[in-house]
Amino acid sequence: MKNGDFEPRIVGILCNWCSYAGADLAGISRIKYPANIRIIRVMCSGRVEPTFVLKAFAEGADGVLVSGCHPGDCHYGEGNYKAYARKVLIEKLLHQFGIEKERFKLTWVSANEGERFAQIVSEMVSEIKEIGPYRPPRERMRELQPGAGTPPAPGWLAEEELETAVAGGAVAGE
Amino acid sequence: MPDVRIGVYVCHCGSNIADKVDCAGVAEFAGGLPKVTIARDYQYMCADPGQDLIRKDIKDHKLNRVVVASCSPRMHEPTFRKTLESAGLNAYFFEMANIREHVSWVTEGREQATEKAKALVAAAVARVFYHEPLYERFADMNKRTLVVGGGIAGIEAALKIAASGNQVVIVEKEPSIGGNMAKLDKTFPTLDCSACILTPKMVAAAQDENITLYTYAEVEKVEGYVGNFQVTIRKKARSVDMDKCTGCGICYNKCPAKVPNEFDEGLGMRKAIYVPFPQAVPNKPVIDRQNCTYFQKGKCGVCSKVCPTGAVDYAQEDQLVTEDFGAIIVSTGFETLDPTLGPQWGYGRYDNVITALQFERLVNASGPTQGKVVLKDGTVPKRVAVLHCVGSRDLNFREYCSRFCCMSSLKLAHLAKEKTGGEVYSFYIDMRAFGKGYEEFYNRVMEEGIHFIRGKGTEVIQRAGELFVRTEDTLLGKYREVPVDLVVLNVATVPRADAEKVAQTFGIQRSPDGFFLEAHVKLEPLKTATDGVFIAGGCQGPKDIPDSVSQGAGAAAEALSLIEAGKVKISPVVASVDEARCGGCKACLALCPYGAVDFDDEKKVAVVNEAVCKGCGTCAASCASGAMGVRHFTDEQILAQIGEVLAV
Repeated sequence: MKNGDFEPRIVGILCNWCSYAGADLAGISRIKYPANIRIIRVMCSGRVEPTFVLKAFAEGADGVLVSGCHPGDCHYGEGNYKAYARKVLIEKLLHQFGIEKERFKLTWVSANEGERFAQIVSEMVSEIKEIGPYRPPRERMRELQPGAGTPPAPGWLAEEELETAVAGGAVAGE
Repeated sequence: MPDVRIGVYVCHCGSNIADKVDCAGVAEFAGGLPKVTIARDYQYMCADPGQDLIRKDIKDHKLNRVVVASCSPRMHEPTFRKTLESAGLNAYFFEMANIREHVSWVTEGREQATEKAKALVAAAVARVFYHEPLYERFADMNKRTLVVGGGIAGIEAALKIAASGNQVVIVEKEPSIGGNMAKLDKTFPTLDCSACILTPKMVAAAQDENITLYTYAEVEKVEGYVGNFQVTIRKKARSVDMDKCTGCGICYNKCPAKVPNEFDEGLGMRKAIYVPFPQAVPNKPVIDRQNCTYFQKGKCGVCSKVCPTGAVDYAQEDQLVTEDFGAIIVSTGFETLDPTLGPQWGYGRYDNVITALQFERLVNASGPTQGKVVLKDGTVPKRVAVLHCVGSRDLNFREYCSRFCCMSSLKLAHLAKEKTGGEVYSFYIDMRAFGKGYEEFYNRVMEEGIHFIRGKGTEVIQRAGELFVRTEDTLLGKYREVPVDLVVLNVATVPRADAEKVAQTFGIQRSPDGFFLEAHVKLEPLKTATDGVFIAGGCQGPKDIPDSVSQGAGAAAEALSLIEAGKVKISPVVASVDEARCGGCKACLALCPYGAVDFDDEKKVAVVNEAVCKGCGTCAASCASGAMGVRHFTDEQILAQIGEVLAV
């Protein structure tokens, strides 16, 4: 793929008690990792609404990382379990919006896992480099069918249909 | 809304940030962001001149929002909030961009670091625009403290608090206070008798007019929050009227039902109506209904017949009482690893393999053998093996070091030598004599002629009726089988079997080893995730007596500092309901881990109890109508931040 120069932009939404502190520890330990992630702090991963994730993609993020405390370690008892339950919903929504679910990640990083945080970011950056830049399905559709008028709203396009369209378009373009 | 005027300050942190980030460039960029009145970069924002700069600008430029781009908010957010307050601005009109821990310290290239710093500053500026003034509030502090667990840590905590003139209630699950320490014979390194130093404290606790003892009782439920806990305590039916009983002891002398005595680690027998040990506090018996002939078969009734005061009361029932407390100290102690989990240790398979606590009971003058160390057949052993680290420092059982067992093993070796005059072998991996006077004690025991074998006692076998301890003697570089008569296993210290239930009841977290988790491993050893709930002693991790006593006293200081303040500060970062939008679906009620959301049946809307709410925001994230929000983490604020963090 032509992703050589592509530098993905990732929004990280981290819980205050574990993952944000873990990211702080990566800094204190001077562990270097790619600058592609921009971190936002919430008190608990349980605060993360699906809207936050969708907003990040709408603003042009190529990936979203949500990270909380390890199961059993949540500062608020079980907020991270709520985040985990919501992950299913978020992945479903992403699917409906035609966004690859690999662009979204939910991880657990404790306050003493600076190294692990750096590693998660590094891995996510290279994975998203593989997938390529995020482009809204609408944009992709337009490229496939030049002059075909306004394509259907991407929200109603199932991923399978999109894949078919993309595959068909690629053949047509050659 | 008055015109928003934002000041942005980019900190160099000496060279910590400036080495990787073009701070002047970031300030210049910030100066061009909407609503930013002034943007500067400066050497050290947290130092007095840096803070003065902010104060002066607030005055001169009429700033009403401030962004500082420097270190982690976990570090200096409180500092700058105070700066704003001192300049007459609400502390919550402040936002921090973390360009040190999250940028300069983790990024290779200067260009990428500068760009990332700009993005974080833009996001902070966008967020602070939506900030609202918030005010800390105060709730009254109940001055009574609950101590759960009457071992040495709990007793110490209770005595300290009582000495200040404040009320304490000790809830102890067993019929007597005293805990694990009451079972010990001597204590290292001074070899003073455990009971001699413990029982005066037990008696002092019982006699103190500020201390109420609930023995044979357990905490069922904890509601409320720091300063105002409502605790439901189950006072188990003792079957003996405590007011009438004089503790004369006729009942347990006459009782015909005999059962193994837990206090003697199953070595001796007790009756069905019993006091666990002679120095018990309170020294009044309890009927073990499972083993009582009257309760099991409906006949007998001897104790009732012989009681001179008519104190035996078979009809007594469990009592539930609810009391109010301001602070709670959890000091529920520890247990030891079940030695049958490692069949290689021979426990339960061979007669003369016992645990360290059983050995303590053997050497104790009030124990089942009146202090004589004897084998099952009644003879005195000529060779005794003491095994350190049984199940400790062992990935198959417990990874951690049980901390006090080197010293207790040394003490047991000394006592074995003293009591039997035979050969004593100590099998150890490393000798950890870490405390005051401990190394000296180790030297003393070595001089007594104990055989120290540097090698873990990995297996106990029996051949032709003789016990052998197998080890790899790492000093000789040889495998050895040492023939002995008695094996003492110093088994690992483990969390109590009910630790999970207790943790849930009090809102305490647990570390991977299963012990209760402190708020900070180094700096907050006594606090927990729940404000007003403190931990002390062996429930937090293996601890010797001096450490448990120190923690008990420390926990008392924590509780007293709350009590003396008289008020508890309540963070304004809590959930709030927009009643007009609330659909009354009650989803948030079930999600709240603290039960902080109630339902107003008249208005049909959710209501947040701000004193209980901790501000995690799980409710807000799940609210279908967007009625539930969290102050200082509102949707507007977070969405603005997400939008701008990608703008650069």
